[in-house]
Amino acid sequence: MSVHLGMPTVRPLPAADPADPLRWGPTFPDAAHETLQDGQLRANLRRATHTIRDKRLAVTAELSDWEDLRAAGSGVKQQVMATLPDLLEQLEASVTARGGVVHWARDAAEANRIVTDLVRAADAHEVVKVKSMATQEIGLNEHLAAAGIEATETDLAELIVQLAGDMPSHILVPAIHRNRDQIRDIFTGSMGDAPAGLTSEPADLAAAARAHLRARFLRADVAISGANLAVADTGTVAVVESEGNGRMCLTLPRVLITVMGIEKVLPTFTDLEVFMQLLPRSSTGERMNPYTTFWTGVTPGDGPQEFHLVLLDNGRTRALADEIGRTALHCIRCSACLNVCPVYERTGGHAYGSVYPGPIGAILTPQLLGVGAEGGLDPHDPAATLPFASSLCGACYDACPVKIDIPTALVHLRDQAQHPQGRRARPTGWSVGLGLAALSMRSGTVFRWAGRAVPLARRLLPRRVRRLPFPGSLWTSSRDLPVLPRQTFRDWFEQRPEPGAAGGQVADRQGTGGTGGTRADGEEQP
Amino acid sequence: MSARTEVLARVRRALAPAPGRSAAPVPTVPRDYRRHGDVATGSSEAVELLVDRLVDYRATVVRTSTAGLAAAVAAQLEGVPRVVVPPGLDPAWVAAAREAVGEVLVDGVAPVGDPTGDATGDATGDPMAVPGASVAPLSHAALDATAAVVTACRVAVAETGTIVLDGEGDQGRRVLTLLPDRHVCVVRADQVVGSVPEAVALLATHPERPMTWISGPSATSDIELVRVEGVHGPRDLRVLVVED
Repeated sequence: MSVHLGMPTVRPLPAADPADPLRWGPTFPDAAHETLQDGQLRANLRRATHTIRDKRLAVTAELSDWEDLRAAGSGVKQQVMATLPDLLEQLEASVTARGGVVHWARDAAEANRIVTDLVRAADAHEVVKVKSMATQEIGLNEHLAAAGIEATETDLAELIVQLAGDMPSHILVPAIHRNRDQIRDIFTGSMGDAPAGLTSEPADLAAAARAHLRARFLRADVAISGANLAVADTGTVAVVESEGNGRMCLTLPRVLITVMGIEKVLPTFTDLEVFMQLLPRSSTGERMNPYTTFWTGVTPGDGPQEFHLVLLDNGRTRALADEIGRTALHCIRCSACLNVCPVYERTGGHAYGSVYPGPIGAILTPQLLGVGAEGGLDPHDPAATLPFASSLCGACYDACPVKIDIPTALVHLRDQAQHPQGRRARPTGWSVGLGLAALSMRSGTVFRWAGRAVPLARRLLPRRVRRLPFPGSLWTSSRDLPVLPRQTFRDWFEQRPEPGAAGGQVADRQGTGGTGGTRADGEEQP
Repeated sequence: MSARTEVLARVRRALAPAPGRSAAPVPTVPRDYRRHGDVATGSSEAVELLVDRLVDYRATVVRTSTAGLAAAVAAQLEGVPRVVVPPGLDPAWVAAAREAVGEVLVDGVAPVGDPTGDATGDATGDPMAVPGASVAPLSHAALDATAAVVTACRVAVAETGTIVLDGEGDQGRRVLTLLPDRHVCVVRADQVVGSVPEAVALLATHPERPMTWISGPSATSDIELVRVEGVHGPRDLRVLVVED
């Protein structure tokens, strides 16, 4: 039994304010090695991801046309990518016609500059924010702070992360790595106006957040949001949420600034009928989220009377150039892939070192930073290790509401990450070993000769090997080296009895050589 | 080069076909999903489904008739010191509210004597205001100090338990249904459609209107993914379903 002295006992994991929100940590293997030591984290994540998995399955099973909706969602997104320039111009025209102002940003720095200038023009020193991945991606809060503007996150989980000085670890539930007791400690230690005797009941914690933010909502002059989607033919923009903090931000302030990735545009208003079914069921596992706000430019007398839409590239056009990689841009940020991923469930989101963790992050983050593009990234760059953060089990593909084939994109990006165009990488043990393997497999003759070496090697290593000296120890530290077969498959194939000859079937099954023999040999071990 | 020109040029370059290849055709979208729900608009099955969903979200649902509606509105406002209504609300409901509550504010119309003292207009004008009414939208502070709001709705979706407001005169500005902690919303059975596509088709007639889709009281699942009702939006959603 410990005594609480009112001191925050929760350490930031990891500290906020990274130089680059897309690449703040070490390589994935190193970061995962660290996070895997944290039993509390794994327990928190396991409970949370399993809860949401079951909810999602229950509500998607309810719709007899769920697979048809997924197919339509995927089709719309393919259409969006193919016609993106026209859609963006149409969106700009629609928003402008309804009294909004559209801005374009090539990269994070430009987007931050545009937003900061808009806040200054409104003569504001504080802003309220709706949870937004795009503004996380560009590090907007840190940039505003440097400009003397205080940005308050109003989504409960974002508020927890902000008060703890943390980084988010999940797309939908950024504080998923925290349990209720940790959150109580964060509020007590950092909120300032946390009520005395605050318990760790979720309802009490939510009430404390409501009280904390109410005055800020009412006095804020400027709100900053992201967008779940924007409709090109009408200029309608949407924010999908649960708590009502989004409605507060989108309704009360005089000025609204929305930062949106260019890939979020949808062709027509009718497409809402697809995405407003796919998104809520896939993300929170509800039939519908409590609140969605749709607005079109400025409505006189209702809501913000000044609306700015910032269209953000920041690496998206690089991903768009890759026919396989561009599917990462279909993502609607539901986070279903995170919740079903066996790797994410164990390592947690921080191991990915990016605001986009999990399977989608493993294909999106590297592309936003240049993997696959001319010049590319160094293969040893932390972001270039992300496509390897997967067992390729395919659960993410099955869960994705817009059917992004994440495993195929991962394999494609592994190749791109290791062989950047126009860049020579420093050789490693892996690259030399795989280079030799590639050399031997490139020609049948060479492969035959390489195969002939196997029986020779068997004389040196007649049994299963559990431990090899360095550098072989890098392999045997996590796996055994199996016993080498007596003969190669080619030799066995040439020597096998003629098909139809007596005993042929038996010989096949006994597998005197080839791969069949390996298992039997392995079992000879004492 | 402006950012606009450059971003659009990058997009076009990214999509340009490889040399010697022609552009791929724009894919067609397979739309084999249901365009209509399994229950008919306004049917008792649709109402049953809607009620089931709303109860699941822990909204309070009262089923009533046209004749009983005024009394039902009054009953849901019992104990509320002050209520606000949009300027175009059915006068019979407003009268019922006046019976039950000491003070009824009509948005867009300066209340007699201006009891809050701060119901000042923001000078932008309110197109929803009833003809002849003085244009004086209530201030945020006044609305924050108001316990309840009564509105109608534009459409409701049975399958998802969703009520859509689109700012018509009987629903009012978005802020009306945001700051008061209790939202009493009247849904007529003939407004209940089966599925999301049917609602979107209806809303597409006025896509420019600000819309709020409401599915239960405000909630969060941000702490251990445990759903908690009641964060920033109205914590108390009361739906009056009118079946006749």
